[in-house]
Amino acid sequence: MRLDAKIPGGPLPQKWDRHRFELKLVNPANKRKFDILVVGTGLAGASASASLGELGYNVKTFCIHDSPRRAHSIAAQGGINAAKNYPNDGDSIWRLFYDTVKGGDFRAREANVYRLAQISNAIIDHCVAQGVPFAREYGGLLANRSFGGAQLSRTFYARGQTGQQLLLGAYGALMRQVAAGRVRLFPRREILDIVVVRGKARGVVARNLLNGEIECHEGHAVVLATGGYGNAYYLSTNAKASNVTAAFRAYKRGAFFANPCFTQIHPTCIPVHGTYQSKLTLMSESLRNDGRVWVPKTPGDKRPPHQIPEAERDYFLERKYPSFGNLVPRDVASRNVKEQCDQGKGVGPTGLAVYLDFADAIRRDGRAVIERKYGNLFQMYEKITGEDPYETPMMIYPAVHYTMGGLWVDYNLMSTLEGLFVLGEANFSDHGANRLGASALMQGLADGYFIIPYTLGGYLAGTPLEPVSASDPAFAATAREAEERIHRLLAVNGRRTVDDLHRELGMVLWNHCGMSRNNEGLRKARARVQELREEFWRSVRVPGSGRDLNQSLEKAGRVADFMEFAELMILDALARQESCGGHFNEAYQTEDNEARRDDERFCHVAAWEFAGGDREPVRHEEPLAFEHVPLTQRSYK
Amino acid sequence: MSQRIRLTLKIWRQKGPADPGHFETFAAEDISTDMSFLEMLDVVNEKLTLEGREPVAFDHDCREGICGSCGAVVNGRPHGHLRGTTLCQLHMRHFRDGDTIVIEPFRARAFPVIKDLVVDRSALDRLIQSGGFVSVNTGSAPEANTLPVPPDRAERAMDAAACIGCGACVAACPNASAMLFTSAKVSHLALLPQGRPEAARRVLSMVRAMDACGFGNCSNHRECEMTCPKEISIVHIARLNREALKAGFLSPER
Repeated sequence: MRLDAKIPGGPLPQKWDRHRFELKLVNPANKRKFDILVVGTGLAGASASASLGELGYNVKTFCIHDSPRRAHSIAAQGGINAAKNYPNDGDSIWRLFYDTVKGGDFRAREANVYRLAQISNAIIDHCVAQGVPFAREYGGLLANRSFGGAQLSRTFYARGQTGQQLLLGAYGALMRQVAAGRVRLFPRREILDIVVVRGKARGVVARNLLNGEIECHEGHAVVLATGGYGNAYYLSTNAKASNVTAAFRAYKRGAFFANPCFTQIHPTCIPVHGTYQSKLTLMSESLRNDGRVWVPKTPGDKRPPHQIPEAERDYFLERKYPSFGNLVPRDVASRNVKEQCDQGKGVGPTGLAVYLDFADAIRRDGRAVIERKYGNLFQMYEKITGEDPYETPMMIYPAVHYTMGGLWVDYNLMSTLEGLFVLGEANFSDHGANRLGASALMQGLADGYFIIPYTLGGYLAGTPLEPVSASDPAFAATAREAEERIHRLLAVNGRRTVDDLHRELGMVLWNHCGMSRNNEGLRKARARVQELREEFWRSVRVPGSGRDLNQSLEKAGRVADFMEFAELMILDALARQESCGGHFNEAYQTEDNEARRDDERFCHVAAWEFAGGDREPVRHEEPLAFEHVPLTQRSYK
Repeated sequence: MSQRIRLTLKIWRQKGPADPGHFETFAAEDISTDMSFLEMLDVVNEKLTLEGREPVAFDHDCREGICGSCGAVVNGRPHGHLRGTTLCQLHMRHFRDGDTIVIEPFRARAFPVIKDLVVDRSALDRLIQSGGFVSVNTGSAPEANTLPVPPDRAERAMDAAACIGCGACVAACPNASAMLFTSAKVSHLALLPQGRPEAARRVLSMVRAMDACGFGNCSNHRECEMTCPKEISIVHIARLNREALKAGFLSPER
């Protein structure tokens, strides 16, 4: 099968306009005849549900939490990019496009990224109109700050809670449509499968988490906005409920999975402190605007930070990358932190940490200024570690944060399974092999507010869709499979808890498919994951029943899918014999230990097709053409 | 420095909404003071699972104090005794070796218990549905900088908008009032020019919805402010009252 990205013709800046004109329209009176199922209520899902409801579609929206406002977009701290050029520092749509393509290490589609940059400004307009309380200058106009991977200030922010404020804006819009009767909300539901009828996605199988009931919902199209799969690693900055289940089920039903090995390890997180640790906490990248990253020059130097004189400190990012300094992109920063710690210069009780020091910034701007900018982050740090970052430098270490890989989608955000659209972090589209800071919020909202309302209409108007009801045998069959799986999980009754097995899977991935990878390690990890999967089905213990609220059962289902999905991540990493962005294969590096791409052989998207049963999945390639941003070795020196 | 402590936990167990519920006592041994409260509960649950007993159900998700999922009443206080802290951000270094900790769900008529420490807070969503938004359709917004907002106003709006919707204010209030939650939304939008056109309608509708959802009224106990993990001030309640009074007298929406 040839992958057709359906990129519209014409010059880059006119593609989206032209495409919107060419897409067929659904007459306003006919919109209410279409039922749309939206899964997830993060930035992408909530904004899509609200916008589709406003247009007049019949929307059913599902979320795993008790309220749509709790989706993990809420935790995004730093900000959202847009090409407004308010600071007059030379920004433009073209530059945002350029930075994003380069930041992604040339593994994203030019046409998609350009559209994202074009839409970015409308997102800010819309969020301001919703009442999102962005930071402002004294004159009352919007403020901007700089972020990693850019040499100008294009990031809009609401203290350290930008994701929260944007999500509450989208959630408000969604609630307005619920009140208007355009959206029906199904909270505390987990999507266990996608129902395919005659080759098209026509429904979902959901489990009501309160009473265990398996429900079938039919619709004319399904929109997945279920986030990323970072929790495969067990420890990550993701929320505990974040999972790959719906996306992985869609893969098994015919949607290709693209670039699963592209995972982002964020450089500034609070270091791990014990085996009981349940998650890792991010310290926003914005801190690198004022914080300076350093380690002692001498390996094994165990003196407390204030006793290490200036001359014996190595500000390694500033030294190695004089033009970007502490603001290099995340993949570059993370690898450098790891390198320092591997050389024995790491600090703290575990030696797996570096300092992020605000002493200079506090001396320069005063404590009040730093407090205003980062107060809530400093407070969070103090709560978790019991140390005061105004007095002692923070300690940070990289942690799994975001997944650039996801279900393959075309320019319309439709997967290879017809009628299944994928938005936000759940798709693979715009960030290539490395996402720049403040770009995830932009992409989630672009997909939900400004892309899916058009492209979904085009699909519905241009596709014959016969009526389907939940009494169709495909629904009963899919629901039965989901139930059987639940019974199997409950029946094992072994000796290990779900978390225990998940933790072990996470260690395998972190050690061999994490910040740096090599072929031998990946092959070992693959074998280990296969063993662990068998161990899981032999020895997992899930207490309780499937007929009421059972959080152990929920976790078990998600971990069972991670056990299978982890192998796909490893396979993809093994197949991509180059280094790019977050995927760093030790065999492919420059003399300065930077990622070395192989554009001859790997300038493409890898999209994996499920081949059924235990058969090896099939790897497809979508070639990437770079006509506007010349393929070069990324340099942040 | 990290230490190991032993605790006695008295935890509320309730199988479902119809079950009357009861306290059960557990020993939590070898608890690191670096753990969060929820990580301590994880340890207890792992042990219960291996003993063949059902783990304690509790809501949680981000574990960094922003999603608003978690929350239980710990020794009589929602989210525990530390100010400005969600339960997931309360660390065990704030407890002493040998302590007894009583853990029960948020209690309010509008928040029926679902199981153990999990309660139904969907009433808070219904409050937002009654008007906690600006009515603007996607695509119709003017250029963002056409409407300047003085930064101190934007900051005060942000203070109110910081609400995470956890419901601790309701659990802390002797009247089980949702006044702090509701006023935070009313105040956030009333302070911004974008929210003014609907301000009267919003406040009247949200106050009505508060009654309809079964929340009590505010009688100025200020427990909510003391408990709020985001330290939202009751000045927002005062603003809600002003907005409601104005709307009640002057607005055609009354």
